[in-house]
Amino acid sequence: MIEYQNIFTQVQVRGPAEMGIDNENNMSAERIGTPWFSTLAGWVGNAQLGPVYLGWTGMIALATGLLWFNIVGLNMLAQVGWSIPEFLRQFFWLALEPPGPEWGLRMPPLNEGGWYIISSIFLLVSVSTWWLRSYLLAQQHKMGKHVAWAFAAAIWLFLVLGLIRPILMGSWSEAVPYGIFPHLDWTTAFSIRYGNLYYNPFHALSIVFLYGSVLLFAMHGATILAVARFGGDRELEQIYDRGTASERAALFWRWTMGFNATMEGIHRWAWWFAVLCPITGGIGILLTGTVVDNWFIWAQEHSFAPMYDGSYGYENYGSYEAFVGQE
Amino acid sequence: MLPNWFNVWNKENPTNVYGPAILVGILGGAIFVAIMIVVWGQPAATSSLQTGPRGIGMAMTEFNSDLGTPDPDNALISENEPYIPDGSEALAKDIYSNVQVLGDVTEDNFNRLMGAMTEWVAPDQGCAFCHGDGDIETYGEDTLYTKVVARRMIEMTRNINEGWDGHVNANKQVGVTCMTCHRGQNVPSEIWFKIDPVNEATAGWPAVQNRATPLSQYTSLPSNALEAYLLNYERIGVHDLESRVKNEPGDPLIQQTERTYSLMNYFANSLGRNCVLCHNTRAFYDPEQVTPQWSTASQGIAMVQEINNDYLVPLGDVLPETRLGPMHGDAPKVACKTCHKGYQQPLQGTNMIKDWPELATTGTPVYQ
Repeated sequence: MIEYQNIFTQVQVRGPAEMGIDNENNMSAERIGTPWFSTLAGWVGNAQLGPVYLGWTGMIALATGLLWFNIVGLNMLAQVGWSIPEFLRQFFWLALEPPGPEWGLRMPPLNEGGWYIISSIFLLVSVSTWWLRSYLLAQQHKMGKHVAWAFAAAIWLFLVLGLIRPILMGSWSEAVPYGIFPHLDWTTAFSIRYGNLYYNPFHALSIVFLYGSVLLFAMHGATILAVARFGGDRELEQIYDRGTASERAALFWRWTMGFNATMEGIHRWAWWFAVLCPITGGIGILLTGTVVDNWFIWAQEHSFAPMYDGSYGYENYGSYEAFVGQE
Repeated sequence: MLPNWFNVWNKENPTNVYGPAILVGILGGAIFVAIMIVVWGQPAATSSLQTGPRGIGMAMTEFNSDLGTPDPDNALISENEPYIPDGSEALAKDIYSNVQVLGDVTEDNFNRLMGAMTEWVAPDQGCAFCHGDGDIETYGEDTLYTKVVARRMIEMTRNINEGWDGHVNANKQVGVTCMTCHRGQNVPSEIWFKIDPVNEATAGWPAVQNRATPLSQYTSLPSNALEAYLLNYERIGVHDLESRVKNEPGDPLIQQTERTYSLMNYFANSLGRNCVLCHNTRAFYDPEQVTPQWSTASQGIAMVQEINNDYLVPLGDVLPETRLGPMHGDAPKVACKTCHKGYQQPLQGTNMIKDWPELATTGTPVYQ
C-alpha cells in the first residue's frame, strides 16, 4: 500500500508545479524562476523548489550581502598574498578585523580597518532590507509579523555587538571580527576582559532561553512526531475535533506532568523562548564595559559568587614527584 | 541440506531477521565493551592532581601512560662531582690567560666545567666549537663569537641561579646549567624571534594576529605576545579591579586581552599544563584565588624579561647573521618553553646544579 508519511516522506507528490495565489498586489509578477522538483528536498520538506519572490528588498539585501561577503573574502585573500592554497589552509584563522582602539569612532585607512567599516555598512543594509523583506512579505500575505519580529530580536543582538556598544564605548575596535576562529577569540577575550561573563545575569538568562528553546523544540518536535501516525502533523484538521492526535498529545503531557500547552500555546512558548535568547543576551552585552566592568566583582557585591573553602596549590593535595612517578 | 519441512515452514513464515540482528549486535557489543572495561580496566586511564578547592575542576589530568614515561632528556644528565678544594690549589686565572668569569675556580674544577660544557652544548664539535682548531696556547683568544657568547651565558647562568633562586629553586634545589636549555645542542630548541607582521596588506592589530604560527601556538591569537610581554615589559593584566570604573584612554581592551590570552596559552603549552595550575579560572586576576605556582610563574616572567633584555638582545651584535632572526635580524630570545620544553618542571625537577657550585653563584663558589 502506498503510504504518505512525513518523516522521510516515502511518497513525494509530483504534478504541475504549484504557482501559488495571486492577489491585488500583483505579487506573482515578481516571483521568479521556473519551479522544479528535488527528491533530496522532498526527503526533508516540500519537493517543489521555487518560484522565489525577490522584490526590491531581496535584490538590495542579496547585492549588499554579497558585497560584504566579497570584501571580507578578498581582504582575507590579500592577507595571504593572494595565494589560494594558503587562503584555504588558513581560512579558519583569517579575519577582517575592526579598526584598532587608536582610531576611536573615526574612519581608519582601508588596510587598518577601513574595509571593515565599509563592509559593515553593507552588512547592515543587507540585514535591514532582509528584515524589511520578511515584514513586507508577511504584510502582503496578510499574515502576522511574528517572523519579522523574531528576526528583529536577532538583529538587536547583532546591532548591540557591532553598532550600539562600540558607539557607547567610543571605539569601533569593540566590534566583532569577521572570521571563524577570530570571532571566537573575541568572545573569549570579551568574557575574560570583563571579569567572566558567566557572572552576568543577562548572560545567564540568555542561556536559560537558549537551552530552554532546545528543550521546548525537542518536546514539541517529539510530541508531534509521536502522534504523526494519527495525523497529528496535519494541524488544521486537528484543532476542531475531540479525540484527535492533537488532543492525545495534549493529554499525554497533562498526564505526564500535570500541565499541557495547547496547539497554539506551544508555538507562543517556542517563539518567546527563541526571541528572549538574543534579547536578554543583547542586554547583557550592552551592559558589559559600559555599565559593569568586572562581572565577577559585581557578583561578589551582589552575594552570588561565594568564596570556596580549601587551599590553592597542588602541594596541599599531593606532590609533583609522586604525580610524575618519581616516588 | 536442511530438512524440507523447515524450508517450507520458513517460506510460509517470512520474518525480518535483520532488524533484531542489528539490535542484538549493538546491544551485545555494548555489553561486551562494558564488561571488558570492567575486567581489563580503562584502556586510556588517567590520573589527576588537584590544584585548588574541590568541586571546581581545579585539577591537572594526565594519561597514566604519559605519567609513566619519564622525560627522555633526563638520560642526558650525568653525575660529575666537584673536586672539593683545600685552599692550596692553583686557580684558573693564574694558569690560563684571559679567564674573565671563572678565574676564581680551581684548575681541576675549571677543566671539569669546560669538559662538561662541551657535553652540554657542543658534544660533536668539542673544545674547538669555542676555542678553534689551534693549540692549547691559543685557547685564551676571543676570536670566535661562540666563546664570547659562552662567557656571557656563564654569567647569565650564574645570575639565574643566584638572582632568580625563587623561580629556579621554587620547590627544591634544581637550579640551571647550560644543559637545562641546550640539551646537547649548539642552539637550544624553543627559542623565538620576532615574526610580526604575520599578515600582508594590513597594518596595526590585524597584522599581528589571525595566522597559524608557532608563536601564536597555531591559534588565531596575536603572534607578538612574547615580544610585547617578555621583551617590551608591557602590562599583562587586563582587568578592572572594581565592578564599575571609568574607562580611561589606554586601558586594556579586547585586543590586549587576546594578546594576554596568547601569552597564557603559550605558558600552558610550555609547561604541559592548563590554566588551573595557577588560576581559579572564574576570576583569573584575583590574587586571593591563585595557587603558589602563580607567584613562581610571575617571577619567571620577570626572569625571562631580564634574560632577554640584559643578556640575549645585546648579543645580537656578536652573533653571525645565520644565528639571527629570519625576518628582523633580531637576536634569539628565550621564554618559558626554552627551559621547560613542555614539562611543568624542566627535566622533571632533576637537580641540575648540585655538581656545579661554580655556576650557582656570581661570587666565589662554595663547595660542600
